[in-house]
Amino acid sequence: MVEHVESKKVYFTVFVVLMVLTFITIQVAFMDLGWLNNILALGIAVCKATLVALFFMHVRYSTRLTWVVILGGLFWLGIMIALTLSDYLTRSWLTYPGH
Amino acid sequence: MIVDRVEPRENYLNADYGIKSWLLTTDHKRIALLYLVSVTLFFFVGGVFAVLIRLELLTPQGDLVQAETYNKLFTMHGVTMIFFFLIPAIPAVLGNFLVPLMIGARDLAFPRLNLASWYFFILGGLIAIWAILAGGVDTGWTFYTPYSSSYSTTYVAVTILGIFLSGFSSIFTGLNFIVTIHRMRAPGLTWFRLPLFIWSLYATSVIIVLGTPVVAITLLLVAVERILRVGIFDPALGGDPLLFQHLFWFYSHPAVYIMVLPAMGVISELVATFSRKNIFGYRFVAFASVAIAVLGFLVWAHHMFVAGLSVYGAMIFSFLSYFVAVPSAIKVFNWTATLYKGSISYQTPMLYAFGFIGLFTIGGVTGLFLASLGIDVHVTDTYFVVAHFHYIMVGGTIMAYLGGLHYWWPKISGRMYPEGWAKLGALVIFIGFNLTFFPQFVLGYLGMPRRYYAYPDEFQVLNVMSSAGASILGVGYLLPMIYLIWSMRYGPRASSNPWPATGLEWRTPSPPPTENFKETPVVTWEPYEFRPREEMEVIGKLNINDESG
Amino acid sequence: MAKSHSTVLAHHFDSIEQQREASSLGMWIFLVTEIMFFGGLFTGYVVYRTIYPGVFAEGSHHLDITLGGINTVVLITSSLTMALAVRSAQMSNRKSLVIFLILTILLGLTFLGIKLVEYGHKFRDHLVPGFGFSYPGPEAGHVELFFVFYFFMTGLHALHMVAGVGVLTILLILAGRGLFSAEYYTPVELAGLYWHFVDIIWIFLFPLLYLIGLHLKGS
Repeated sequence: MVEHVESKKVYFTVFVVLMVLTFITIQVAFMDLGWLNNILALGIAVCKATLVALFFMHVRYSTRLTWVVILGGLFWLGIMIALTLSDYLTRSWLTYPGH
Repeated sequence: MIVDRVEPRENYLNADYGIKSWLLTTDHKRIALLYLVSVTLFFFVGGVFAVLIRLELLTPQGDLVQAETYNKLFTMHGVTMIFFFLIPAIPAVLGNFLVPLMIGARDLAFPRLNLASWYFFILGGLIAIWAILAGGVDTGWTFYTPYSSSYSTTYVAVTILGIFLSGFSSIFTGLNFIVTIHRMRAPGLTWFRLPLFIWSLYATSVIIVLGTPVVAITLLLVAVERILRVGIFDPALGGDPLLFQHLFWFYSHPAVYIMVLPAMGVISELVATFSRKNIFGYRFVAFASVAIAVLGFLVWAHHMFVAGLSVYGAMIFSFLSYFVAVPSAIKVFNWTATLYKGSISYQTPMLYAFGFIGLFTIGGVTGLFLASLGIDVHVTDTYFVVAHFHYIMVGGTIMAYLGGLHYWWPKISGRMYPEGWAKLGALVIFIGFNLTFFPQFVLGYLGMPRRYYAYPDEFQVLNVMSSAGASILGVGYLLPMIYLIWSMRYGPRASSNPWPATGLEWRTPSPPPTENFKETPVVTWEPYEFRPREEMEVIGKLNINDESG
Repeated sequence: MAKSHSTVLAHHFDSIEQQREASSLGMWIFLVTEIMFFGGLFTGYVVYRTIYPGVFAEGSHHLDITLGGINTVVLITSSLTMALAVRSAQMSNRKSLVIFLILTILLGLTFLGIKLVEYGHKFRDHLVPGFGFSYPGPEAGHVELFFVFYFFMTGLHALHMVAGVGVLTILLILAGRGLFSAEYYTPVELAGLYWHFVDIIWIFLFPLLYLIGLHLKGS
């Protein structure tokens, strides 16, 4: 019945990595790196989330269907954000006369 | 048609009696009937508002109601019809009843979640009705901000709560369908042996699961803005009202496909059965459902062309909107091609299917008009739009719903409906529908705006035609209501496979036993493998005899 | 109908594997609905942050980075204990399952407690929209907008935590009765998925609300 039992060592290693990433992201946030600040903050968050999903949530050993479900959900979130921004980011490109 | 004269053995209807056995049931078939009764109720509530709207529009002046009341009438008509009838109608009634039967399962994957979905639906519906009785709501079913969040003095928050709860019922149903279709198919029933109704419900469920949470959170934001008086969408308080429209239409445009995709699934079943042929291009029709589910999420801002959307954003969305037409057209062409050289019988469900194909095509093509930026600017917020979406939602969804209800009625009730009356009903509905909504295309093109209680005299003739059509349509809807109830007691008993059709649901008695199949069926045949009538009737009978012996 | 060897198998499933796979898939789909639920908020936040980058950064400077950071550590630790709880169930180790569930619940409550302290500070500073919000300067409206999203997003997240703590408490009682073993631990596994998901939401909320724009502070 049990699919896969992860060793304790893996869990603790992932935990330590997550802690280190948290530390880094806080430290980096105080430095002025220009546009890199946002990229780093969100990039590190993506890394942390991926680690949690792969190891703590056992996605690494999940069926292909589970992967499809997760990636599908993220893809749709991407659609929502990207197409909404397609409006906001282009509003200033061309304005109506008199505006 | 073969009619069994034998008293039926124990089935899901007579397995247990009493209110409790219905209210606490986890049988998907009984839950489907609970939904059937409740959505019919909401259909008539929404219908009453439609009658009042058409009565008011009989004359150019506001003699029956004034602006404030009229605003409430069209809002509550839209809210009840969309959220409490059209969205649940086919998935929650026919889908609930048929998904396990069609895939050879004993129930949906999560029966208690299924029952919970009905309770959420009823709770949400009762709250919405409470809002109506308390004084109603006047924002339009779209709840556009900032009017809904800051200015309207009607029962906006209560209505939103009702819709929010019914959203859960939708999500539960969709989730249940996806898991059931993935995990509970009978042995041998591969994806490409599934009935096309299952494919369309699968695609619908994907939309429900991905879209409904977004409208839920959006309406919650409106409620919070309204109750706490903070700025989220109100420009006076620093918000952007267009953000509401983006989030709202992210769900509400795909919601149109929640209504019409299952309808397309029903039509595929009807067209195949009543022309006794496999669907032309089965895989194309199946994938078209999935394509519609995906593309449907890329077009939402075509509802916002005149709202102040960026020009480039509008062009992107206009361009993408055309793509949805492709899979929809594939379906229409394939149904038509299925009819070619088919052995067509003009029974009631097939009449509804013909009606659907014609009306859906008109609705779909006028949708293309609206997708193009230039024409949309001209006809935005006119009766052209009203006519367009009624051709899709009423001419499409309700035609298919009624067609499906007639087709599976023998399975649901174990009785045949009266064919003569049913054909008359289908005809009256078709005529009434066109008389109601076709003049509205003309009205809209001539420039009559929607959501006004009064209009210039020149529009009266077309409005009278529309109101006359609505009364015919009303009679048309009452007919099935009456004879279907009548047939539950007096209709001739139905055999297991009266049409005769190929699906698994026809290989179990009518009405089916509680556990659907005595033995899990093993599927060794392709979908829609039609054989001569006599042979198929024998298959149906054999299966029943197997079970009794 | 043939009764199964196991009492936990529902009548409409053929096998315990089928039941387990169905539950797991159902849970993942539920999590996808949660992604879209929070996704609506994230979209709104991203839009406003794009339109008003400076004011939103100014708003975020009023958040307590220390408490936020501590809470991140607390929540990630609770994810570790939750993962270990599932592992204990997989190995039929009832005692360590109970211990790790208790630890997870305690860490969850710690998170909520710290969040409450943070909320208290905001009340003190009149930064709670709808409840006597006041902010000096011409940009007060947009700062308020930031705080609307801050409270809505963290509040919804906290509600999910409360629900999670409730679920874990029920599981704790059931685990104490010895219901879970290597043969049947689906509820623990699913609750774990939910708990980790709530953790992931926070992993994004933390940089979005607290960190981005932090380097502009004081400049």
